[in-house]
Amino acid sequence: MKLRSKDLLGMKELQADEIAEILKTAELMKLVLKSGNKKTSHLQGKSVVTLFYENSTRTRLSFEMASKFMGASGANVSASGSSINKGESLLDTARTIDVMSTDIIVMRHSQSGAPHFIAPRLNASIVNAGDGMNEHPTQALLDMYTMKEKYGSLEGLEVAICGDIYHSRVARSNTIGLVKMGAKVRVAGPATMMPVGMEKMGCRVCRTVADAVDGADVVMGLRLQLERQTKSLFPSVPEYYKYYAIDPKILSLAKPGAIIMHPGPCNHGVEMPTVVYDSPYSVINEQVTNGVAVRMAVLYLLMARRNQE
Amino acid sequence: MRIHLINGKIMGETGACELLIEDGVFVKAFSGPVDRIIDVKGAAILPGLIDAHCHLRDPGYEYREDIVSGTKSAAKGGFTSVCPMPNTRPVCDNASVVRSIVTRAQNEGYAHVFPIGAASKGLAGKELAEYGLMKEEGIVGISDDGRPIETPDMLRKVMQYASDFSLPVLNHCEETSLSDGVMNEGWISTQMGLRGIPSAAEDVMISRDIILAEYLNLPIHICHVSTKGGVRMIREAKARGVRVTAETCPHYFVLTEDACLGFNTNAKMNPPLRTEEDRLAIIEGLADKTLDLIVTDHAPHHEDEKDLEFSLANNGIVGFETAFALGYTYLVRPGHMTLRDLVACMSDNPSKLFGLGRASLEAGAPADAVVYDLDSSFVFDKQKMLSKARNTPFDGYTLYGNTLLTIAGGKITYEELC
Repeated sequence: MKLRSKDLLGMKELQADEIAEILKTAELMKLVLKSGNKKTSHLQGKSVVTLFYENSTRTRLSFEMASKFMGASGANVSASGSSINKGESLLDTARTIDVMSTDIIVMRHSQSGAPHFIAPRLNASIVNAGDGMNEHPTQALLDMYTMKEKYGSLEGLEVAICGDIYHSRVARSNTIGLVKMGAKVRVAGPATMMPVGMEKMGCRVCRTVADAVDGADVVMGLRLQLERQTKSLFPSVPEYYKYYAIDPKILSLAKPGAIIMHPGPCNHGVEMPTVVYDSPYSVINEQVTNGVAVRMAVLYLLMARRNQE
Repeated sequence: MRIHLINGKIMGETGACELLIEDGVFVKAFSGPVDRIIDVKGAAILPGLIDAHCHLRDPGYEYREDIVSGTKSAAKGGFTSVCPMPNTRPVCDNASVVRSIVTRAQNEGYAHVFPIGAASKGLAGKELAEYGLMKEEGIVGISDDGRPIETPDMLRKVMQYASDFSLPVLNHCEETSLSDGVMNEGWISTQMGLRGIPSAAEDVMISRDIILAEYLNLPIHICHVSTKGGVRMIREAKARGVRVTAETCPHYFVLTEDACLGFNTNAKMNPPLRTEEDRLAIIEGLADKTLDLIVTDHAPHHEDEKDLEFSLANNGIVGFETAFALGYTYLVRPGHMTLRDLVACMSDNPSKLFGLGRASLEAGAPADAVVYDLDSSFVFDKQKMLSKARNTPFDGYTLYGNTLLTIAGGKITYEELC
């Protein structure tokens, strides 16, 4: 099937059959990754540019690897070293990239809705690689891929997402996507970092991390930005660790064999201790590997749609 | 100049059907030959509307709007008097700025302009501005609009000092320590990953203002009420005799936070669009007269200031050319209030608040009148606006109450009677 939109802006904009199609395509891409010859010709003669206004290791590298494995030519634009530092607007910057015959722009920006703002004004397809606190759809897709790989299906899966929900685009995209695919999402974190109306996203808002983890198949930690402390959202790291971290004791409440996830980068000893991060049930490194496969699938499907037009 | 309006419905009612204007006032009989007879063909004739809260952006931001374009836009909406807020550049916090605005409006404007003077020098909330000297040049009220009068102590002094000059104090109620956001805090802001402004930020300051007004036994006017809690507190305060008046804007009784979906910056304003529950409470507050005024908060912005990432876009929408039609379409036609009550909110009550002595079609009163077509609908087209700006969420709305003719001070300021 074909994706409905020229852009991938968020899980809100994707329908369940599109999510299923991306996850299915990613399985094929993972085979390519695991083969001795990591090369396809799906994006031969096409160009993919990454436009990153915020720092990134995993997301940007995995998009760059994905497009290279599929034969695209590409380039990277980041705030430092470009005219963005001279004050050029997002729209002008994006148009500049667009008119160089760019097929896909992968973009990360600190403003929620920034990709939605430029997408209708450009010929290129926009892939949202994180916009403010809004969404990070390819992270959710790779997380869902990882869960599906472990459990076979997302239907009925109990997923606990713990930590700073308010500022987390990962939590938003995962909750929206997982609910669309029939999983059951519980969220927990300090009340100062729980956004209003979260329950209307179709998840269960738990009072404690223990409640959220109890009986879960998947336990996901979120990165805590330590500077939130200065905004009085939590008092100290030791107190945060004591009441909100995913430690072995909390983890013992999950279903036996429950997997541990984290979008990275992780503050060891804050969101979870190293012993949990490195435990046999942790799939944190597999998430990264799957990120490449899922991003290959996304680029492939968007390009397939462009080629048909 | 003598103008004779015939075949109209005064206040939209059958009965009296003509209006005589001579030398800027309504008269019972002409003293000489009529210059112009205008057949309004059964349309409604109302007193000219008075906008108690708008932004003409002049001086300082003429690329957004100026006194001429702003008053032309006001005239097209049926306004004959407008009260621009002081957040110009330089700030309207001294007599010379007031004089320049008033003089320019008198010479080139299409509506009477009664400026609101700044409550504090530079809108900084620290030192009182010169209310007396500004009043001599024509201000009719005091406000730091856009900026709440932050400390209770400063508000107390503003209210006390303004009372010496019988100037109403208009406060933008927002507890800024609670309002670090770009839209209403709620399920929609959570879904869109945007920082929210809780209704509590508005309610906390409304409650403070009511407490001070009650304690000091002085009047306070609450700007652009958008919350259910605000309406409830104002209703309760009025019931026990507190001297509080309040206004709201058409967007708060027509739209909700849902209008922000898709990162629509023409739905971004402060206070933000709230929930359906709030919207219904605003309508109820207008219907039971808890809310006294409907104002536009006309806030023109350049396209470059609105066509941006949502969080970076300026707050506010233009409002002159849709305000009456939205009120008529969303309040009068569904039966929430009568046409007379709508006119009270948009003409009589602002006239009373500022002591303007307008809002009357009686002989001897200043000849401010507007003629609306209340019977047929029209599709609002933002490209046809007379404002310099186009930042409206109402483009394409089907509305009732198109302006056919506006007369301010006996002069025709807008006309589209064929």
